Amino acid sequence: MADAALYASAERVFRRKRILAFGLPAVILLYLAYVFFAFDLPGLAERARWDNARTLLADTWSYKTHVTRDNRSGGVAVAIEGERKGEYPEGTAPDWVHPQEGGAVRVALKGGQEVLLLPGNGFRWDVPGFGLIEARLEGRDIVSNLPEKGLPEWISASSSRLQVTADGARVSLTRAKTELFRYFPGWELFFFTLDSPYHGHGLGEILFGARIDPARGNLAGTWQDFWGNAMWRHADVAWALFETLLMAFLGTMGAALVALPLAFLSAKNFAPLMALRFAARRVFDFLRGVDGLIWTIVLSRAFGPGPMTGALAILLTDTGSFGKLFSEALENVDGKQIEGIASTGARPIQRYRFGVIPQVVPVLVSQVLYFLESNTRSATIIGAITGGGIGLLLTQAMITQKDWEEVTYYIILVILMVMAMDSVSGWLRRKLIKGL
Amino acid sequence: MTQTPDAPHDPRGHYMALMAQRRLYGGLTLGLFALLMISGFMLADSRNAGGFWSGLPQVFDFPADVIADTLPKLDRLPGHLVRYFPALLETINIAAVSTLLGAAGAIVLSLLSTRGLARWPRLIAVFRRFMDILRAVPEIVVALVLIFVLGGGPVPAMLAIALHTAGALGKLFSEVNENADLKPVEGLSSVGATWLQRMWLGVVPQVSPNYFSYALLRFEINIRASAILGFVGAGGIGYELRNAMAWGKGRFDEAAAIFLLLFLTIIVFDQLSSHVRGAMISSKKGGF
Repeated sequence: MADAALYASAERVFRRKRILAFGLPAVILLYLAYVFFAFDLPGLAERARWDNARTLLADTWSYKTHVTRDNRSGGVAVAIEGERKGEYPEGTAPDWVHPQEGGAVRVALKGGQEVLLLPGNGFRWDVPGFGLIEARLEGRDIVSNLPEKGLPEWISASSSRLQVTADGARVSLTRAKTELFRYFPGWELFFFTLDSPYHGHGLGEILFGARIDPARGNLAGTWQDFWGNAMWRHADVAWALFETLLMAFLGTMGAALVALPLAFLSAKNFAPLMALRFAARRVFDFLRGVDGLIWTIVLSRAFGPGPMTGALAILLTDTGSFGKLFSEALENVDGKQIEGIASTGARPIQRYRFGVIPQVVPVLVSQVLYFLESNTRSATIIGAITGGGIGLLLTQAMITQKDWEEVTYYIILVILMVMAMDSVSGWLRRKLIKGL
Repeated sequence: MTQTPDAPHDPRGHYMALMAQRRLYGGLTLGLFALLMISGFMLADSRNAGGFWSGLPQVFDFPADVIADTLPKLDRLPGHLVRYFPALLETINIAAVSTLLGAAGAIVLSLLSTRGLARWPRLIAVFRRFMDILRAVPEIVVALVLIFVLGGGPVPAMLAIALHTAGALGKLFSEVNENADLKPVEGLSSVGATWLQRMWLGVVPQVSPNYFSYALLRFEINIRASAILGFVGAGGIGYELRNAMAWGKGRFDEAAAIFLLLFLTIIVFDQLSSHVRGAMISSKKGGF
């Protein structure tokens, strides 16, 4: 009979296990199926802009130099990324752009090809495997030797615009200008802009060579020109990173300082009054419940954008989190140690100092350091909303939708910053807790 | 304390000197910390668009505006709450799906990067680094890039949060795995179980309560994250909040409804998750 009962209970347990083993995945799958349609995943393929993805990916590892011929004045300008900051000074050009007699410009491409920008608002390009493409602006229309139909997809032609993309280059002819893009791998002008005398010199030459700029020493000069690089703005980026760290540091430490006394009020074994304890707990819940997003919005209305707003938003949210964590740590304090201190005739303040603080400090310090690391990330996010630090630079670079190499640079910097914070806080945690 | 042979003859004096030195160092550290905090706040204040002291009296202006806009139209509040509930649901869905997907990824990553359990022991360092990178990328970065490619909506936010969750939970899970008992794994491998079977039948049942507790905590964090990502264009209640804020003064009653929804949601899930985790811990202490 005992056996039968045992068998029955085993059967029951197995049945429950089986239901759980198949039921739980089924519920999750059902939920995912619901979300699949709720988020409109089938429609996503249509909405996705794969050309955007292609530009983004290409831009992260390459840059383009624009050779632009103004069709009205006939002047030719060469500029990196088409930006004023990257423009070659009048009369200079990279070695693959050759102005010809009579106003034409010969542009050499990879593999010995070349494009001729003609004086009569036209161009000539012999594309290997396709043939010679000739196009010209006649009056207000673009005339070319291309057939009307059956063009490959890398050529788009209409009466107002002709665009040919092949072999790491693109030529477009419109009424206003003829423009040629040539793509190069790497990040352009990362160290020096074109107006710096150090552009184009190697590291060895700068370190050991003769003085390049007579007015300045090589090291001081390179540092000045690198730090003040107008295109990449290294000084501003470094400052933005520092601002983000500052937000995280001030917010976390400030929150810890505010939360510690409040945590005593909300810990069961320290709070003198039940009502006070209840009130302190509700304050913590409120601070956490309002959440960083709402705090950021409210505070930025009063203080304007900047690192102070971000630091205060972190401070308020984390006061709630710390308050809860600290009061839990205080509730787990061993009473014997306090009793021992009290038995020597210690006053209450001494009891706290020598009985309580040594027990809780390791817990508190490790919590604070964990938060410091995660708040570095939060500070980036808050900076993007409230306008401060590296988060702001990142969103600005993304909104322009063309400086993806800068976005990549900022992303790499953010990742390195967070990882560095992670190891610093880990190192401090080991060091401090061992020392205490 | 170890007794060194050349200990001074005056232990009390020595102890006092040691304590004085310790106190000095402690005091110096505290002083340095205070200096850092004060100068940091002053620096942050000077870099802010509005000053701290001039802004302080205005802190309650915005909440006061919101309340002033809402009170006369209190009868419309339930309507607003109902109207924005689907957006709230979307935010919660984003958080839930990204927690599910992230946790699934985290289980795989953590098993692959735990010593003694890994499928390819040589690649442990690679998977650890990979998790570190996933963890270090702020969600907003991935979300903004994906919004550029996929367009606005819940999917970029979901993917961004899921990636971050996989990294964050992966680290916690692998700490849990390290404490798992290896005997069931050995037993299973002795009867010729594959790696997948060993993990699924030998490890996961041991650690799943801890997994669940961490995932629950993460879900709560992800709700906040998905609200924030909505604010930068990724759907859900955050997006509605930004639109409602754009109405400007005099029409903040809709923003008030959204604030209320968000606040209540966070509180509810916060309490729920701490209750469930508390119940799990106490049931474990009770023996089974």
